[in-house]
Amino acid sequence: MNFFKKHLSLKSKRNMIGYFFVLPFVIGFLLFFLVPFIQAIVFSLNEIEMTGEGYQLIYQGFGNYEYVIYTHPRFNQLFVETVIETLIDIPLIIIFSFFAAILLNQKFRGRFLARTIFFLPVIMGAGIILSMEAEDYMAEIMATQIGEEAQTGLILGVDQLSDLLIEFNLPVVLIDYLMDSVDQIAEVIRSSGVQIIVFLAGLQSISPSLYEVAIAEGATPWEKFWKITFPMLTPILLTNVVYTIIDSFVANDLVDLIRDSAVGAGGYGISSAMSMIYLLFIAVLLIIIVGLISRGVYYHE
Amino acid sequence: MNKLNKLKPVFLLKSAEKIIDKENTKDILWSILRGLIIIGISYIILYPLLTKISSSLMAERDLFDHTVRWIPRSLNLENYRLVFRAMDYPRAIYNTLRTAVLVTVIQLISCSLIGYGFARFDFRGNKFLFALVIFTLVVPPQMIMIPLYLNFRFFDLFGILPEGGLNLLGTYWPFIFLSLTGMGMRNGLFIYIFRQFFKGMPVELEEAAYVDGAGPITTFIKIMVPGALPAFLVVFLFSFVWQWNDNFYIHMFLPYQHNLPTALSTVANDVSTLLGERNIQMTGGRIALTNNTGMLFYIAPLLLLYSFTQRYFIESVQRTGIVG
Repeated sequence: MNFFKKHLSLKSKRNMIGYFFVLPFVIGFLLFFLVPFIQAIVFSLNEIEMTGEGYQLIYQGFGNYEYVIYTHPRFNQLFVETVIETLIDIPLIIIFSFFAAILLNQKFRGRFLARTIFFLPVIMGAGIILSMEAEDYMAEIMATQIGEEAQTGLILGVDQLSDLLIEFNLPVVLIDYLMDSVDQIAEVIRSSGVQIIVFLAGLQSISPSLYEVAIAEGATPWEKFWKITFPMLTPILLTNVVYTIIDSFVANDLVDLIRDSAVGAGGYGISSAMSMIYLLFIAVLLIIIVGLISRGVYYHE
Repeated sequence: MNKLNKLKPVFLLKSAEKIIDKENTKDILWSILRGLIIIGISYIILYPLLTKISSSLMAERDLFDHTVRWIPRSLNLENYRLVFRAMDYPRAIYNTLRTAVLVTVIQLISCSLIGYGFARFDFRGNKFLFALVIFTLVVPPQMIMIPLYLNFRFFDLFGILPEGGLNLLGTYWPFIFLSLTGMGMRNGLFIYIFRQFFKGMPVELEEAAYVDGAGPITTFIKIMVPGALPAFLVVFLFSFVWQWNDNFYIHMFLPYQHNLPTALSTVANDVSTLLGERNIQMTGGRIALTNNTGMLFYIAPLLLLYSFTQRYFIESVQRTGIVG
């Protein structure tokens, strides 16, 4: 009995060391996350005036929010555009990266090279490069060239494709979505790097014995996919969806607007109010999507 | 085996061969299709890189020459010379490298320690604190940008330091503080990766170390770090690359430093000034060529790093199991 007691206390003593390891995070969370977070809420309700030795707050109530929603010239429009674009991109990125991971997980010659190339966007597709590429003149020239080739029949252009689909009597909404997707395809592929890695790591972690049993039972590849691969990947699917949402909401035109309005006219208060509206929206979206997906998530064990 | 063959009716064997044949053609068709898909996707991924390389070697007239698509008429290194000078490349690269190395090293240490704490110690509040880690990942840094900016502009440790506080902008301290405390860019993800990896490692070695009287830090350094090299490599690459590509924190904390992001954002202007000295007009085509060459200069060190580490990176990714 005595021994048992001693053992317990030793173990809980050891566990106390854990606090020491995570202490930096706790400090960082309080000082550089929670405090600024609360301050951001306070700022959004105030006007901030810079003085010599610091800053002063002038209480505005919900004035900043009203200004952002009713008066600001660009916020509403940009907000809607950003949200729609992101909502189109997310399923495309997930589906593409899922598909790409399955391809890269198969054995074939040149697989190593293919993986090297597929992971390349992780390196190139971020920050300043991406924003410069968006306004690149070079790309425009190239695009007009491709457009000309399409007109002369060398490449099947987007317009012809859309005509084709209209002839098939597909619903217009679907055609619009497909057309947007085709426009976005390069962007989707280039923003899927991390997601492919995550899915691939997930595929690798599925125990081969599951497949062996399935083969012994005479399962077809189709059945193996839907009965093993897909369910086993659903937890990772959730991780990836969350990552994609965060990733695409962290860098876009709206975020640039928020940043610019902090520096330029309007000031910190307005910018904070925009941030809060935006954050609230992302939070609600995340809760809805995570809630929907986690119902279908299958946990092994 | 022979006996079996003799026993089997011949027609059965034939049909089995047919099935194998059918499987084979299916396999071949699939590998051709797969090859085409992979080549197509690779092309889309490499396309911007290829255009940059080819346009960086172009003279302006090649841009509007329809016979020129990829390979310029004549090899033209003027873009390189101009951009190299305009960006003040050696100084820009030195400053960016310094920030990236500093941030990456600190983040590797802090995030691995924090991840280890979450993975191996069952203290009270472990789950709750880890949920907070995920929460920091979900909130875009732009949301808390202004208060964070002001806190470092008037850094008074929340009232401890004398009035007005210190101005830490323009120094490395904001980066150091954020990285040390696991609050840097996407550090939540790194903590998550380390935690997952440490959780998957066998406990026996650690316990043996404890029995031998090693302290937790010694155990961590001697046992956990060597075992977790794949996780370290993946986090190293992510952290380094993201810091390299970052212009958000850089703009906020080091507004007056000459580094790659600032050099790149003004490269067209600077080249225009250089050309102005020679009485050459800056045109739209030239701006495009300059920007593309600048971007190539920007990512070249990363490509170099990736080409050295990708073999280990890809292997590590498989073993990290960044998964839930």
